[in-house]
This record gives sequence, structure tokens and C-alpha cells, in this order.
Amino acid sequence: MSSPTAAAPPEAELAATAAEERVSVASNWTLVWWRFRKHRLALFCTLLLIGFYLVVLVPDFFATQDPEATDAKQAFIPAQPLHLFNAGQLGLWAPAVAGKRNAITLRMEWQVDETRRIPVGVFVQGEPYKLLGLIETDRHLLGPASGDAKDRLYLLGTDRLGRDQWSRLMFGTRTSMTIGMIAVAFSIVLGVILGGISGYFGGLPDLIIQRLVELLQSLPTIPIWLALTAALPQDWRPEQVFFAITLILSLLGWTTLAREVRGRFLALREEDFVLAAELAGCSRMRIITRHMVPTFMSHIIATSTLAIPVMIINETSLSFLGLGLRPPAISWGVLLQEAQNIQTVALAPWLLVPGLVVIVAVLAFNLVGDGLRDAADPYTH
Amino acid sequence: MNAPAPLLSVRNLKVQFALDEGVVRAVEGVSFDVYPGKVFGIVGESGCGKSVAMKAVLRLIEAPGRIVAGEILWRRKPQGGPGSTQEEVVDVTRLDPNGSVMRGLRGAEMALIPQEPMAAFSPVHTIGDQIVEAIRLHQAVSPREGRRLAVELFKSVGMPMPEQRLDAYSWQLSGGLRQRAIIAMALSCNPRLLIADEPTTAVDVTTQAQVLRLLRQLQQERDAAIIFITHDLGVIAQVAHDVLVMYLGLVMEQGPVNAIFHAPKHPYTQALLRSIPTVQSTPREPLPTISGSIPHPFNRPRGCPFHPRCPQSMPGRCDAATPELQAVGPDQSVSCFLYQTAEAKA
Amino acid sequence: MSAPVLLEVKHLRKYFPIRRGLLQRVAGNVRAVDDVSFTIAAGETLGLVGESGCGKTTVSRCILRAYTPTSGELNFHTKEGRTVDLARLSRAELRPLRPQMQMIFQDPYGSLNPRMTLFDIVGEPLLVNGLRDRQARTDQVAELLRLVGLRPEYMQRFPHAFSGGQRQRIGIARALALNPRLVVADEPVSALDVSVQAQILNLLLELQKRLSLTYLFVAHNLGVVKHICDRVAVMYVGQLVELGETQALFQAPRHPYTAALLAAVPVPDPAVRSGDVELKGDVPSPANPPSGCYFHPRCPFAAEVCRTEAPVNREVAPGRFVSCHRADELQLPGVVQ
Ligand SMILES: Nc1ncnc2c1ncn2[C@@H]1O[C@H](COP(=O)(O)OP(=O)(O)OP(=O)(O)O)[C@@H](O)[C@H]1O
Ligand SMILES: Nc1ncnc2c1ncn2[C@@H]1O[C@H](COP(=O)(O)OP(=O)(O)OP(=O)(O)O)[C@@H](O)[C@H]1O
Ligand code: SF4
Ligand SMILES: [Mg+2]
Ligand SMILES: [Mg+2]
Repeated sequence: MSSPTAAAPPEAELAATAAEERVSVASNWTLVWWRFRKHRLALFCTLLLIGFYLVVLVPDFFATQDPEATDAKQAFIPAQPLHLFNAGQLGLWAPAVAGKRNAITLRMEWQVDETRRIPVGVFVQGEPYKLLGLIETDRHLLGPASGDAKDRLYLLGTDRLGRDQWSRLMFGTRTSMTIGMIAVAFSIVLGVILGGISGYFGGLPDLIIQRLVELLQSLPTIPIWLALTAALPQDWRPEQVFFAITLILSLLGWTTLAREVRGRFLALREEDFVLAAELAGCSRMRIITRHMVPTFMSHIIATSTLAIPVMIINETSLSFLGLGLRPPAISWGVLLQEAQNIQTVALAPWLLVPGLVVIVAVLAFNLVGDGLRDAADPYTH
Repeated sequence: MNAPAPLLSVRNLKVQFALDEGVVRAVEGVSFDVYPGKVFGIVGESGCGKSVAMKAVLRLIEAPGRIVAGEILWRRKPQGGPGSTQEEVVDVTRLDPNGSVMRGLRGAEMALIPQEPMAAFSPVHTIGDQIVEAIRLHQAVSPREGRRLAVELFKSVGMPMPEQRLDAYSWQLSGGLRQRAIIAMALSCNPRLLIADEPTTAVDVTTQAQVLRLLRQLQQERDAAIIFITHDLGVIAQVAHDVLVMYLGLVMEQGPVNAIFHAPKHPYTQALLRSIPTVQSTPREPLPTISGSIPHPFNRPRGCPFHPRCPQSMPGRCDAATPELQAVGPDQSVSCFLYQTAEAKA
Repeated sequence: MSAPVLLEVKHLRKYFPIRRGLLQRVAGNVRAVDDVSFTIAAGETLGLVGESGCGKTTVSRCILRAYTPTSGELNFHTKEGRTVDLARLSRAELRPLRPQMQMIFQDPYGSLNPRMTLFDIVGEPLLVNGLRDRQARTDQVAELLRLVGLRPEYMQRFPHAFSGGQRQRIGIARALALNPRLVVADEPVSALDVSVQAQILNLLLELQKRLSLTYLFVAHNLGVVKHICDRVAVMYVGQLVELGETQALFQAPRHPYTAALLAAVPVPDPAVRSGDVELKGDVPSPANPPSGCYFHPRCPFAAEVCRTEAPVNREVAPGRFVSCHRADELQLPGVVQ
């Protein structure tokens, strides 16, 4: 008991194994990742979402045709499902369809032409476009490989104007997913700033912001949207409408996030390690950026992930009702507008496919968000 | 000495939790006997398995936890109607945890004073409602009679203004009064065994003194057995007749309170007693310490669980095998190789 | 006392407003600390004891200016030989003084930022106080870790790799990084395992000797207080009821509350019956304290004057302060010879 380090324990028990050493120096994000990857479903959904975002980046590459091109003669062609094997061998093809006008209803009726198969190639040449808006190219992921201009490929069929639904879906995905992202990004900015002010400073600003949040949350959202979107001038260009819709969605959507951030700030203000930083002489800025924000960052990401599908649904519903984006803009909601009446649904059920895509995307976001939320705080014990 | 039969007899109890990260061996072979009219103290540091062992006795272990071995023998109240004295011994580990027999035992014959005082009562019902409900669960009485019994109970635990307090909610009571209410609840069916899991850890010394006095008095009045769990050696010295010292799910030493405190045999007990500062110890002298810290439950040392921290550890022996619990005195037993050699030589 | 005074606390008050309603109007005050005065001499350990909620943490946080006192003075003697009233300083004026007073926390889990490595945690006070050079900081952090009995190789680890006792050592290293004069330790061993407490107490004693630290030691375990403190201050409902040399206070308490507190401590010896004296009733709420002496509803010696008149804190013997009307007539039992 006489040596100066008498109080030090022999650290035998910490002579750690390699695995323990790995855990010891694992940062917060590593621990979050370790916990997240235990959720198999969430992991699968993450891959799915990565796929969606690839489409967002380069929809032209995934599209097989010009999404705007109309051809009244090609209306209501049913989906031509992609087949993987051709005569026992790996080879993509789609069945050809042939149209015949029904003499009584005067309607085109499409039949699968058993005699012909359209070979489908990958990285085929087609419509020229600019990859990421930069690189001039005409390669597409899929396309008819026969070289015969008459062979057209409608993977998901066509709508009443003969536009290729697959290609439109690719572009719709870009719009809808982007609106979701940007709207959430806006609400994060608003939510974090206002929630942060509210939580960190308290007092009068807190009082005002909290009342504002309560006011916004008590407003019935649908009428407000209707009013706001109806107020948008009819002659705005699609990009302007797009931007306005995003803004409207985020202006109404930041409140949940602000509450969350405020709650975190309030809780963190009481944490001992924040007081310790204060006593060490850290500036306010440093306390917020080094101690408080990193602590709830993972929670904010989880909450935002859960907010994106809400935004997507909001946009889809608005556009479906004809109040959001309007043609010629393409979004999931606009696509679903095509399937608005019973007649189309009965005659051309493939026009409902965008609805399926919305469901898949929303589910995937929710599952990933849940997984993130579970993994967000690796220190609970 | 014509020893009475034990009320509760635990033999080689093992409880494990199978988690994703590995298996937590919370209780690794614990044996002890509890006699009627005695306070049986269990001491041990955080995480040594005290609560888990008690939950096993009450069959309250929930998945992923499981009793993997051992017997818990309980002497039941005479079952054959009034006048019957035939006492039956049941092995609690063989009962269905949610079956009628176990539900009959739990609460009526053995009752728990839980570690978290806030968890004992629901915050949305009055305390009175909950106590009356507990009484009526095991006794066929009218609500009116139930309430009368509840008032009696409150009086017996020294609750001031018992009538009013029955209509209060648990969060309206102070720490000391809440503790009394919890004890009253546990006593509601006149159990033969009261398991008090750290009943005073969350309260101040003055409240602790009140609770300890109450428990001591109840135990004398009712001749019940009490298992008293704590990590405070001062408390255990003052309330227990017999003491069990646990470390990492194993019994280190067991014996009458005087033997444990005045003639401790196990190096862990000795070191623990030396290392606590008391009002009697010499001020500002460095305290003898136990080196290191309690290992993580996934990382149990091989052999004697205490050997990495033990000043008398014998390499090649203590780290190779786990010592058995062995008698070293009339009622005292120790699990340590130091004493097994002595035995072998003698 | 020969040692110079380091800190003089004079009539310290801290009220927390109770707010109600939509507009958060103040409906009353929690008098967490209500007129507390004491001094701490350089190099000593002053213990602060009392039941939960009596205001110990509030006093220590006021001293460190984590809270702004409602009123009162906190006269601190700086290294430079000045005397400043901490209670009156602004945030900016406090910053240069921060290094001289540091804190050790109760909760070894909550007091370390789980997202920072040991190097960042212990090195942060150095960094924000001007030590920008990374290598110099690494050397100092290594030195500090060695000082508290941890291996410097652990610098890149995160707190989750350490046990409670080791985390407490990390917290101590951080508190010592700036070479403080006054260290406020708020229940530094209460959350630790019994077998680890002694290690930390020894470390604190040894560091005090080596670095001539002054401690304000908050605790509720009287055994620990008796072991480590030179003088003890006893608080009850936001007020100081007794203050004196540890040995004298444990031998012969002068305030009935101190006596009751001491008697309630269970001694780890079955041969000594203790912890049996019962104090009736409950601690009153600091939002609504009783009249007269706050202790009178529970005091076995309460007289008529106790009910109506608040006793003043007076020096009944050299260095011994008591607030009790009957301090001079009562003979109260202590717990040590
Ligand atoms: N539900 C559970 N799931 C997983 N592990 C558990 C569970 N309950 C207890 N354990 C583990 O079992 C061990 C023993 O726990 P137990 O609660 O019995 O300790 P204790 O002795 O009561 O400690 P304390 O003094 O802290 O109450 C611990 O390592 C704990 O982590
Ligand atoms: N930020 C706060 N706002 C309102 N009331 C508070 C606040 N902090 C403390 N109090 C109240 O002030 C009183 C004193 O609290 P304090 O934390 O100082 O007690 P303590 O002696 O440290 O208790 P413990 O032993 O439980 O830590 C308590 O009644 C508490 O409820
Ligand atoms: S002043 Fe009176 S009531 Fe207060 S402690 Fe002294 S004797 Fe007791
Ligand atoms: Mg427990
Ligand atoms: Mg406190």
C-alpha cells in the first residue's frame, strides 16, 4: 500500500482478447451498425431502397422508352412479362403481342402472339439521353434486341395514350422518392433548428415554438393541403409545382421532428457529461456540436427514415386527387391517377402496378426505420 | 440439537439466460436452507444473482431465462382442511409456473417485496384496491371484509392514518410509507416466507431504520421466515440470523451471522469486511482493497470465480476447478480450496 | 484552523420556481438551499451529508456555478491570490476560473460521453483551455491515466469497455486534467460495487495528498464520510443544521437530527445493536417546510419555541456550528468513543 500506484488494480482482467479489443475501440456508429445488421429484414429492405435510389439517380438508364411518347395505336397493351430462359438456356425474352380491333366494340384487343418472341438484351442502344445530366449516351439496361423497329417492349404494358408504363414508373419513382427526401430534409432543418432553440434555451422561445407546434399539429392536414395546393397558380411549370409541393409538405411536417429534438435537448441538458463539458470550459457551440448533436444524431436519422414514407404517401395522395403534381409531370400519384376509374381497373389492371410500388417503398422505409430506431442507442444495458 | 425441518430447501440451483451474445450463468449451483422464524440474509455485490435466485424460487424467471438444474423443495401449509397437520414437500422446479399450485404458493405462502418500489403497485389504482384484490385472490371474503383486513394490515405495519392511506395512489406516498405499503401487500395472505429483495437500498438511512425495525418486529410476531437480500453488510449484520455470501452466481460462504462477521473463512468475505469503511475505522488510513473489478457475466473466470482477485489464490488449483461447498464449523461452510487442503491433511 | 480559507459560502440560497398553467406562471418555490453558510479551508475535505432531497447536490452545483444561486456569496480565493464572488460572475467571466474547480460525478455511466474515446474525454479540458498540440495532449492524458491507475494504452477505447470503477477513475482523471484547487465530489462512490468503493476512496485520499487538493465530499454513507472527511456539514431540508470536526461530531453530536442520523446507521457487526433508533415521520418537502425549526415535527426534544421560532446557526464551540434552540442543554449520544 506504499507505492504511489497502490490504488491501481492489476489489470489482468482487461488483458483482452482480440474480439474484446475490437468492441473496446468500436465507435458509436460501428456499434449501431452491429446492432442494425442483426435485423435481417431491415437489411434486405435497405438493399431494396438502394435499388430505388439507383433508379432515382438514372431513371433514363432503367427506362426502355421515352416516357412521354404517346401512340394512340398502342393504347392499353397488357404487360409483357420478362422471361429468363429461352429454350432451356439463359436468355431474356418477352412475348410479342398482336392487336386486333374488335368489330363490335371497336376496341383494340391485344393477344399474346405465341409464334413470336421478342429477344431482350441488356445494355442495348435506344433513346439518347444524358446520364446524370452530364454524359451523353444511348445505352439502356433493357431493350428489344432484335433490331426490328416494330418490336416494342412494354414490360408493364401501356396506358390509355399508349405510353410505356415501365418507363413512366422509372421517372415517377424519381419524382416521388425525391420529393420524400427533400421534404424530409427541409423538415429536418426546420425541426432541428426550431427544436434545438426550444430545447436548449427554454424560456420564452420554447413557449412560442411549442405553441406553434401544437397549433400546427391540431390543424386538419388534408383541408390545409387542399387549400394550399389549390392556391398554386395553374400556369406554373412542373418544376415550380414540384418545389412548392415539397415546401408545403415540409412546412407541415417538421413538428414531430422538432418535438423529438427538443425532448432530446431537454434530456441531454441534464446529463452529467454535458455538465462536465460545461465545467471544463467548453463553449456553447462546442457542447452542442460535440456532445449533444452526436448523441441524438442516430435517433434523428431513424425518425427521418420513418418520416420519408409519410411524405411519399402525402405526395401520392395529393397527386392522385389531382391537387399535387399534374401531368406532364410524372410521379407515382400521377400514374395512379390513370387508374382512377373502375373501367380502367377492369380493363387494364396493370395500371395499378404503381400502387404496388408505393406499398413496397413505404414498407421498406418503415422496416428500415424500425431497425434503425432499435439500433440507434447501443448503450442501453 | 434437534433442528426443525427447513421450510425451504434449495439444492444446486442453476439459472441461465440464453442471450444473443452468449449464455449468462446468473446462478451456478446454489444450495441453502431457510428455517421458520429465522431471517436468512443473502449478501453479494451487484449482478451476483441474488434477485435471479429468488425469482427462481417464486418461479418468476421469464424467457430467455431458464432453471437448468437443481431442486427447490418447499414445505407446504397443511392442505387437508382444518385440523390437518400433514405437511407436504413439493419441488417447486417441477411445477407449472403458471399452474394453480404455483399460483397458490406465490403470494399465499411465499411473498416478495420487490427490488423496485415503484414496480410494486400500479399507478392507476389506489393502494387499497390492490391490497384488497390480493387478499381476495387467496381468501374468500367480501370486499367489505377485505377492506377491513387491509386496514388491519396497514395498522400492523405502522402506517399512520391507515384508512386515508388506502385510498391513496402509490406515487402519492413518501419512500418510507410506500415501503410500508409494499410490506403490507406482501403480508396480505399471511405468508410463511417473506422474500425482501433489497427493501432498503432505495431509501435513506432513517427510513431504512424504520423498515428494518418493522421487519424484525413482524418476523417475531408472526414467526415467519424472511429471506433478506442486500449488498449492505451493515444491514445484514443487524437483521440476519444466518448469512449466505454470493459471488458470480455461487455461494462463497454460509453460516450464522456471528461466524460470518467475526470468523469469516472465505478470502472474499474477509476482504469484503476489511474493505468497507465504517464509523469505527481509522480515518484516512488507506483501506485494504480487493483488486480488480467484478468480471462481466459473459466472461466468467474458470475455476473459483474469485481467483483473479483473490490474494490467496493458488495457481494451478483455484484456476483449474471450482471448489465445492464444504463444512468448516457446526453451521458454517465455505467453498474454497484453502479449506479443502486443511481437511485433507487432518 | 490554520490553513487559509479557499472558499467561503455565505447565505447561499437556491430556489427553484414551481411553474403552473399554460403560461408557466410561478406558483411557488422549492427552497432547495435556504441560507447555507460555511467555509472550506485549503487542503481539507469537507463532507456534506443529509437525506435524499436535502439540497446537497444543489449546494455543490451552485458552488461550481452549474446553477446560478438565487442569492448569497461564494467567495473563492484564486490561484492568483484574488478573492472573487463566483455568484456574481457571468458565463464569460467564469470561464478562466473553471480550471480551478472541478467535479467528480456519482453516476459512472452518465458522466462520460459514450461517443468519445478516453483520449477525447480526458483531453477535452486541456484542448478547450488552449493545449492545441496533439502530441502534448497525448502525453498529458497518458500521465493523467497513469495517475488514476489506468493504463495509457486504453486511450483509444470508448467508455463502454470499462467497468464502473474504472469509469470513475476516468472521471477523476478528467477532473484533475486542469490541475484544480477545489474538487467537488458528488457521491463519487455511491454507485460503485462494495468491493470497488475502497479502491476509489484510497485513490481520492492519495491524490489529495499528492496534489494538495481540497475536496467538498457529498455523501450519504456516513461510514465513508467518517473515513475521508476532516469536517462534516449536516443538511436538513435545504438548511445546515450542524457543522464540525468529524471526530467530535461523531462522538458527540449537538443537533438532534445529527444524532438520529448517526444512530440510524447499521454497523457491520452483529454484536453491536445499531440502526434501531427510529425517527418518526417523513422529511418535509422543501416547497412547503414546517414552521419554526424545520426538524421540530420529528424531533424528540422539540419544545414550544421550536414550533414557532426558527433557530439561528451559531457557533456553540470553536469550529462547531449548530442550529438548534436546545443545543446547549441536550446530551446526545454519539457512535464512536
Ligand atoms: N432478464 C434477464 N436477461 C438477461 N440477463 C439477466 C436477466 N436478469 C438478470 N440477468 C443477469 O443475471 C445476473 C444476475 O442478476 P441479478 O439481478 O440476480 O443480480 P443481483 O444480485 O440481484 O444484483 P443487484 O444487486 O444489482 O440487484 C446478472 O449478470 C444479470 O445481467
Ligand atoms: N432543477 C430542479 N428543479 C426543481 N427542483 C429541483 C431541481 N433540482 C433539485 N430540485 C429539488 O431541490 C431539492 C434538493 O435537491 P438535491 O438534488 O440538491 O438533493 P440531494 O441532497 O442532492 O439529494 P440526493 O441525495 O437524492 O442526491 C429536492 O427537493 C429536489 O426535488
Ligand atoms: S430546535 Fe428544537 S426541534 Fe429543532 S432540533 Fe433543536 S430541539 Fe429539535
Ligand atoms: Mg437484485
Ligand atoms: Mg444529490
